[in-house]
Amino acid sequence: MTFSYDKDDGDDMSVEIALSKSSLGDVAKERAAAKTPGNAPLGSGLEARSIHAWFGKHHAVSDISLDFAAGTVTALIGPSGCGKSTFIRTLNRMHEFIPSAAMAGEVLLDGKDVYAKGTDVTKVRLQIGMVFQKPNPFPSMTIGENVLSGLKLAQLKVSDRDDLMQECLERAGLWSEVKDRLGAHAGGLSGGQQQRLCIARALAVKPKVLLMDEPCSALDPGSTLRIEDTIGQLAQTMTIIIVTHNMQQAARVSDYTAFFLSDGGPGSMIEVGPTNEIFSRPRDERTENYVSGRFG
Amino acid sequence: MAEKVAPPSPREITTKPRVSDRVFRGTVTGVGMLSLLILTLIGLFLALRGFQTFKSEGISFLTGYKWESVTSDSGKVTNVFGVGAMLIGTVLIALVALFVGVPLSVLCALFLTFYVPDRLKKLLVSVVDLMAAFPSILYGLWGYFVLMPMAEYWAKLLYKYLRWIPIFDAPQPFFERSPFIAGLVLAIMIIPIVTSVSREIFAQTPLDRIQAAYALGATRWAMIKTVVLPFGSSGVVGGAMLGLGRAFGETVAVFSVLNVVFKANFHILYGAGGNVASMIILKWGEAVGDETKALLAAGFVLFVLTLLINMAANSIVKRTLKSGK
Amino acid sequence: MTLSAAQVAPQKPWQSSPKEMAPTFLLLLASLAASVAVVAITPMKGKLAYAFLFFIFGTASLSIRKWRIRGRAAAADAIVSSIALTGATLVFTPVISILATTISHGVKGLHWSLFTQTMFSASYQDPISAGGLLHALVGTLYLILISMILSVPMGILTALYLTEIKGPGANFIQFIVQAMSGVPSVVAGLFIFASIIVTTPIKASAIAGAFALSILMIPTVTRTAQEVLLLVPNDLREAGQALGATQWKTVATIVVPAARNGLITATILGVARIAGETAPLLFTIGGSDKLNWNPFKDYQGALPFYVWKGLLMGTPESIQRAWTGILILLILVLLLFVAARTLGGRRMKSK
Repeated sequence: MTFSYDKDDGDDMSVEIALSKSSLGDVAKERAAAKTPGNAPLGSGLEARSIHAWFGKHHAVSDISLDFAAGTVTALIGPSGCGKSTFIRTLNRMHEFIPSAAMAGEVLLDGKDVYAKGTDVTKVRLQIGMVFQKPNPFPSMTIGENVLSGLKLAQLKVSDRDDLMQECLERAGLWSEVKDRLGAHAGGLSGGQQQRLCIARALAVKPKVLLMDEPCSALDPGSTLRIEDTIGQLAQTMTIIIVTHNMQQAARVSDYTAFFLSDGGPGSMIEVGPTNEIFSRPRDERTENYVSGRFG
Repeated sequence: MAEKVAPPSPREITTKPRVSDRVFRGTVTGVGMLSLLILTLIGLFLALRGFQTFKSEGISFLTGYKWESVTSDSGKVTNVFGVGAMLIGTVLIALVALFVGVPLSVLCALFLTFYVPDRLKKLLVSVVDLMAAFPSILYGLWGYFVLMPMAEYWAKLLYKYLRWIPIFDAPQPFFERSPFIAGLVLAIMIIPIVTSVSREIFAQTPLDRIQAAYALGATRWAMIKTVVLPFGSSGVVGGAMLGLGRAFGETVAVFSVLNVVFKANFHILYGAGGNVASMIILKWGEAVGDETKALLAAGFVLFVLTLLINMAANSIVKRTLKSGK
Repeated sequence: MTLSAAQVAPQKPWQSSPKEMAPTFLLLLASLAASVAVVAITPMKGKLAYAFLFFIFGTASLSIRKWRIRGRAAAADAIVSSIALTGATLVFTPVISILATTISHGVKGLHWSLFTQTMFSASYQDPISAGGLLHALVGTLYLILISMILSVPMGILTALYLTEIKGPGANFIQFIVQAMSGVPSVVAGLFIFASIIVTTPIKASAIAGAFALSILMIPTVTRTAQEVLLLVPNDLREAGQALGATQWKTVATIVVPAARNGLITATILGVARIAGETAPLLFTIGGSDKLNWNPFKDYQGALPFYVWKGLLMGTPESIQRAWTGILILLILVLLLFVAARTLGGRRMKSK
């Protein structure tokens, strides 16, 4: 069955509203579901079909098709400039903020193209959350307000704010460190704590998919381990796509790994497979050279 | 081990500049200091020439409403000089200008920063800069012949429907050349200043925060409300104060559309107002002797007032711009 | 793979197609019709009523539509968008009106003898075909030239102090320059009167006026020049000094030439800032109606002064003079402005 986001069609509209309500309205039920892995409303995952991306005339990403099965962690690896970050930004439609940007292809979330005409881009981003390279909490807000900022930004109502806040902070592995100072400003946290706060913030709007764009590259090894831990926990309830430069990290956290490379032209995907296979017996010579540290 | 080793003392690095460099540095530094000298001289000369007025009028120079220089038949000159009414009028007109101009400027700056496509943005930014380059007498001429007839009509509407608010009341329904109209002309004149300062500050909003907001499903307005405005608000205040400084000192445009009357008038729609700068050129033509000195004293007051506002505004803007880096 | 890539065309699916824009246009059209209807049946009248009602109806209908298809946040976004658009429109409308009225009123008085005659033998109340503004043009030319001679070296040297020496006083001087740019023009005029005209042999003349204008021009030149000099890459300076050149040589042969266009822009913007200033001239140049080729002595005329006199006189003929004078002044300012933009420099930073 294919859904259409066409706004002139009454039925589909109600489908969409019902969708957004079910994903946000009954928080208690959702939370219960989230705590019992297996029952989680995982949806059917994310699917990228022949994605291309351009910046003006520059062809940055070429023809990438990837399936991200629900509840899995996929790592995107590859040298700098190979288009990994650009690619994941096409997934939640953050790519289009660059004025010269263009793209081609389809991104299917639960079978629906997020680029279909009439799609509400803000709803897409609510369902596909993102954590950035550099921790970016809102400095004018307290820790607690930061966690719930997504609800405020999208004007979503929630029955029990405190419970949600605690749950998100727990899942991000930050609760025990900040529970006594939720009213303090976020700027006082360490870099690693700030990044986990950003994860908690992304979780509060109940995304089905979480994109992580080199989330640990600005952090020390200790914080990195904590975040990797968190990723492992989160994967039970959502689909995670992580861009990383760090091959050990990819090996530690991911179920699948995709190797991206640019040979001077647009970045393309060389190989994808279960993580242990990519690292132990890659099919492509370039992948082998990269994972064995011969270049990159 | 037992031997104590003296910690190495830092070696002094000396470079003896060559003669040409010393001349260059000396000249440039000297010229750099000139602006300080000029600013000091402005204050000094105006204060010096106005000293006699300050002495004879005392504090009533600032609080008095009367401005008279009467020569009796016996040739005795009686002087009363007070800029109180003019100060009240200056503030009143400037407040009208801020009230109208600042919201429009902020909206325009937001529009230019977050709403228009790049190519149109360049053009519109040029137009805003051009507005700043229009001579003030052009604003005066246009204000008198084009804006005033319209603004008079708006004033009538305000008077008709809102006169229960004291400032919109008027002793007589006479709305020509009122502080309201002068304030509107000034509003248009401060818009380029406030807009470009606000725009510069909005453009400095850290991109990662903007992206964080959008990635959380924010609409453009939700992003602006949670990220841009908290970041830029103090800078906008600074920009508004720069506009205030301009509004206080503007002369020709205000003079063209304002009926200067030496009376405290708080009814902005009523066609009688005051403005220190306009008063100076109004009285300059016929002033001799003591009155000239009194006008220089008024100039001194204006100078100090605008200087203080500008200094405060500049430090606020600078602080905000720094916080974004 | 590369073959298929070449066949795929870049798309921007986030941009609205004409079909998607259609409801918006229809709603705006309906709002326009509704505002016309309301004006017709209620006592409200005038352009103001049309504009106000159109704004209300347009904003309301667009945001209600958004609310229905996208929810509350989108409705708030739509309201703010239309307020921002309205705000920007209100900012740009006066510019259009100013340009349009100046041109339409001003051209009526344009004729060749304006540029060959003075007001020496004509009165402001005479029809504009009598007399001209040659004296004012000469005066304005003198004022600009002398102000440039006084302000450009000082402005650029001050900018060099702020960017090249960066002495302990640089922050303070920067602060002073900013404060100086806020000096009201009337105060500049009063100051030159109180200092130079009262105490020195220089009386009201072009040079006295230029002194007053320089006070306004120096900060403009300094700030623009400083911006431009900051854009000169530090590598260039270091390269110069690594070659053993003195700082003076480096600045004179590398930094200043690299910033040349920008420095010319700074000069032009400074001239544009003062070309139309009126208030300082009222105290310093005397406002002569006859041609005066001596910038150091005797009363001088100027374009803004000519406009000022025409406006104050208040007769239809004198006001026609004011419009024509301001048109010529506006053309001068526009030319300077376009020249500055073409040379660039100022906007280099913001791409």
